[in-house]
Amino acid sequence: MLKIENISVKGGDSLIIKDISLFLNKNERLVIFGPNGSGKSTLIKSIMGISGYKVIKGRIIFEDKDITDIPISQRAKMGIGIMYQTPPKIYGIKILQLGKYLAQNEEEINQLAEKLKVDEFLRRDLNVDLSGGEIKRVELFQVLLQKPKLLLLDEPESGVDIENISIMGNVLNEYIKKTECSALIITHTGYILDYVEGEKGCVMMDGKITCQSKPRIVFDMIKKYGYEKCEECKWK
Amino acid sequence: MEIEKEELKNLEKVGFDLEEKERAGSFIQKDNEILFSKVFQEGVEVLPIGKAIEKYPEIKEKYYGVSFKKTGKEFEKDTEGGYFIRVKKGVKTLFPVQACLYLKSKKFRQKVHNIIVIEEDASAYLITGCTSAKEAEDAYHLGISEFFISKGGFLNFTMIHSWKEDIEVEPLSAAVVEEGGIFVSNYISLKPVKKIVMYPTALLEGENSRARVSSIIVSFKNSYQDIGSRCILANKNTSAEIISRAVSYGGKIVARGHIKAVSPMTRGHLECRGLIITEEGIIHAIPELETLYQDVELSHEAAIGKIKKEEIEYLASRGIPEEEAQAMIIRGFMNVEILGLPEILEKEIKKVTEKV
Repeated sequence: MLKIENISVKGGDSLIIKDISLFLNKNERLVIFGPNGSGKSTLIKSIMGISGYKVIKGRIIFEDKDITDIPISQRAKMGIGIMYQTPPKIYGIKILQLGKYLAQNEEEINQLAEKLKVDEFLRRDLNVDLSGGEIKRVELFQVLLQKPKLLLLDEPESGVDIENISIMGNVLNEYIKKTECSALIITHTGYILDYVEGEKGCVMMDGKITCQSKPRIVFDMIKKYGYEKCEECKWK
Repeated sequence: MEIEKEELKNLEKVGFDLEEKERAGSFIQKDNEILFSKVFQEGVEVLPIGKAIEKYPEIKEKYYGVSFKKTGKEFEKDTEGGYFIRVKKGVKTLFPVQACLYLKSKKFRQKVHNIIVIEEDASAYLITGCTSAKEAEDAYHLGISEFFISKGGFLNFTMIHSWKEDIEVEPLSAAVVEEGGIFVSNYISLKPVKKIVMYPTALLEGENSRARVSSIIVSFKNSYQDIGSRCILANKNTSAEIISRAVSYGGKIVARGHIKAVSPMTRGHLECRGLIITEEGIIHAIPELETLYQDVELSHEAAIGKIKKEEIEYLASRGIPEEEAQAMIIRGFMNVEILGLPEILEKEIKKVTEKV
């Protein structure tokens, strides 16, 4: 479903991603760990096509189509959905307005809004006057209404309290089970693993993938030895 | 009614409801000619200014020029026409009163003087639309308006301008608000115009009085719009808010705002945002705060620039094509909900803004 072939990505003048290749099958979840600044978010943003990140080498193939240079909205239409870590505030556009654009019908909006407890924010402007955790719920709400085949989740649980992590985790898991969608998940805390069982896990260090295994195993190793060990990891 | 079909469409564009079913009163002046002034609710008066002064000579002394004198402004005395609208003590209008000032003839210089009186505890919505016919080449409009909001009164005044490339406009207005009164003033100009210069002033004279002045301005190539609002906080517990949204597609906009505290225990906030859509556009925001006392809370925020790429890309990543995302952001930027209109007016004005 997703093939990343030897891409290198520049952000401004600096080379952030250095010759990475990744493969993701349908109905498969890849969990990416890694210290701050290692290039995880850049990888996700490059797949979405966000500007400021230039793919200088390699290709990104989604469902057998080279998407390396196509506009963001087309990627979204093809079935790629992103949950941002820090989305922009947009005044004058209501969450509900966007929801209506994305959903088939109002019932769908209402059901999901209730599940994610975002119903009371629907008439607010996008990401305006919302707490960190609320923003995350609203992000998940939007991206699930898009019904993506590939979910790009950039630290979905950061800034969310335990109770809401469980709400979000369950909704996410339910969506994945139902649609058999694939996902690329960045996590620092690993909390999301309690809800979404990833098939693959890897660590990104300084723009490279240094190790691949089951997410739980990778996460436990990181907890035990820290990221320093990843550099000399035997799975390299 | 001496208005042709095509012209009727023009009037609708400035929020004029020709059926008048949901209006408390109605007034139209074409060039110098007053086509009609009607009233549909008891306790509301709508009269041509000349007739009003004939009928109530005390207007001359009580209101005519009084707001300008109080705010230290000069005004043009050589005017012809305009309306007098009065909402009597305790009367609350169910529907808005509407007025339209229409430019019809080539090079016509329309100069009107309007007086709006909201008596004690009365409340009203007034929508004024100003527009011009195709024939009105190089015409000019001077609209002088004086507002008097008595103790406990409320007025929401919404003015929509819809001119064309060769018309120059100078609205000149002042409002005096007494104890506990509320003055909400909205200005919307979304069509090309050669030049608009205006700097209306609200004097919050009575304790606990409030003003909220908002404007939504769109500017096109070869136009100059110098548009500001000033609020003077002249008594205890008065407060004012000035909000402006300016969008330039190539013209020059000067967005001014001035809140001046001449009494302690007052509050004011000024918010000015501008978007430049094309390279040629110019926006100059001049927010000013001034106080003569220590015990005041005055603040302002201003931000001008282009649409943030990040916002367009955010919407694009939801599957909205990039161009449509940009249009959505501009429409959202000019969100009429900031105007605090009643539902029926909000719907109509939304239609006006969405057509741009």
